[in-house]
Amino acid sequence: MSFTVRNFAVAGLVAMLALLPLYVFAGGNPFLLTLFTRILILAIAATSLNLIMGYGGMVSFGHAAFIGTGGYAVGILAQEGIASGFVQWPVAIAVSALIALVIGALSLRTRGVYFIMITLGLAQVLYYFASGLDRYGGDDGLTIYKRSEFFRGLNLSSKTTFYYVCFVVLLLVIALVWRLVNSRFGLVIQGSRSNDRRMQALGFPTVRYRLVCFVIAGAICGLAGALLANHTEFISPAMMHWTRSGDLIVMVVLGGLGALFGPLIGAVALLVFEESLPILIKQIGTPLIGSAAAQASEYWQIVLGPLLLLIVLFARGGIDGLLKGVRRG
Amino acid sequence: MLLLIEQILNGLQLGLLLFLLAAGLTLVFGIMDLVNLAHGSLYMIGAYFAATFAALTGSFVFGALLALGATLLVGMAVEVIAMRRLYGRDHLDHVLATFGLILFFNELVRLVWGPAGMNLAIPGWLNTSVQLLPGLQYPAYRLAIIVVALAVALFLYLVVMRTRIGMLIRAGATNREMVSALGVNIKLLYTLVFGLGAALAGLAGLMQAPILTVQIGMGENILILAFVVIIIGGIGSIRGALIAAILVGLIDTIGRSFLPDLLRLFLSSRGASAIAPAISSMLIYILMALVLVVRPRGLFPVSGR
Repeated sequence: MSFTVRNFAVAGLVAMLALLPLYVFAGGNPFLLTLFTRILILAIAATSLNLIMGYGGMVSFGHAAFIGTGGYAVGILAQEGIASGFVQWPVAIAVSALIALVIGALSLRTRGVYFIMITLGLAQVLYYFASGLDRYGGDDGLTIYKRSEFFRGLNLSSKTTFYYVCFVVLLLVIALVWRLVNSRFGLVIQGSRSNDRRMQALGFPTVRYRLVCFVIAGAICGLAGALLANHTEFISPAMMHWTRSGDLIVMVVLGGLGALFGPLIGAVALLVFEESLPILIKQIGTPLIGSAAAQASEYWQIVLGPLLLLIVLFARGGIDGLLKGVRRG
Repeated sequence: MLLLIEQILNGLQLGLLLFLLAAGLTLVFGIMDLVNLAHGSLYMIGAYFAATFAALTGSFVFGALLALGATLLVGMAVEVIAMRRLYGRDHLDHVLATFGLILFFNELVRLVWGPAGMNLAIPGWLNTSVQLLPGLQYPAYRLAIIVVALAVALFLYLVVMRTRIGMLIRAGATNREMVSALGVNIKLLYTLVFGLGAALAGLAGLMQAPILTVQIGMGENILILAFVVIIIGGIGSIRGALIAAILVGLIDTIGRSFLPDLLRLFLSSRGASAIAPAISSMLIYILMALVLVVRPRGLFPVSGR
């Protein structure tokens, strides 16, 4: 680890996330804890997307399907009276992995835009499947009355405990991705992104490697879905709407494609931006244009859209790339 | 039997509308190699323009014509301001940038027209039904959609296959460097093609507007369908888009109307009516997955790409 601005920024961000509950405990706005729990969960999902998209070059436009799968696994088990997290979470991971296996096996036959679209299409199939689950709320969704139960002393209903569970899971996931991409397996995946034909000529069955990578990403994202269902205590097909998949792509690219902490940075940036922009417009605008600013703050997405465009055009490495550009000395 | 014919006509109508959207998408993709998620926004804008202009002029046809022109201009402006900078970039960049445009257009429409949505009335002279067969009454407006869309498809075919500009479009799709090396103003051609695609999307939007309500986000679901269409048809192929669009329209409509009865043969009536809509929504995506598994580049792959 070298002492670059980027590494300081990442370390600072992680330290801040670790200390956030203390700040809230000391009298900070309790909404922050809820917001950042959500951010951590989405960062887990985005990290798994980064594994296939950033390192593997597989642009999946249906990644939210696995969030939904994990969420529904928890929701359905809870509805049927199985509240133990020791059952719920492994099931969420296993079912997501299984679905990722099917989706991956079908879509890895294609490349490029066809891959983007077939993952989107198969995610839509799951979306409509969830809407058809009449017993579990159909279109309207399902309320989960009890968060996952573990042993005594780990009570997920406590906001702080749940926050730290998400935080630890995120760190473990990032560590797992780090180990993966620096292993032989990860090198094959990255080699296949750069030049698939050459990797095949070297004798690697790249499709199989990519499929395993896709399944791992799906399983991690399923875990994120299980966490999200616990967080919102509600599941609905909207969790896997295609725009949710788009949001995940935005987080990954905003933070920095193929950067280990990029998805975390992107998730923090996007959600904090989303939450603070309306307030910002109101605060800055009120002295200038008076009460019209309050109205204008409702239309904050009109700023977000062009901002995305600008990031694509001028900051291709995302925030991570910007930080990396600033070296010490 | 009469119901089947009616549903086939409905499916044809949906398919032709999808074709109008898909034709623009596939042209833009085939020629500029650009994935444009914001195509659905142009569909929405077309509908909003039509509702506004029809209310202003008091005539559906005038309103529609003005809306077509306005959507064409919006499309060309979008190309000049944003899209032009995206050519030659990664597809992921396209997805992200045009996803941003969707957010922008949705908010813009909310800002300009308000969140409530609008209505566009069917013009009086089309608000009747026509007797096609003894016992088969079909709404004149839906028939008009079929006729207009077929005419546009024919027009598009003639433009692309029989005119000089169409020749350039086809040449650009095959080898753009060569076309620009031969002295064709490729920038202008791209702007025109994008504007044409936008106008086609706007036409689809404004024709669909009286059947559904004009609302924010109306373009998003149908955009996904249009993408399914061009994927099935083979990206860049107009012929593929037409065939796939009609296929998707028919399967979707007929699935929706007959699947509940079909399922009732195996399931309880309550269960069937619960899952039938979900299954019929899935049908076309399953069709797409099957097509791609068998032919990874669609039914009519464009050669040379």
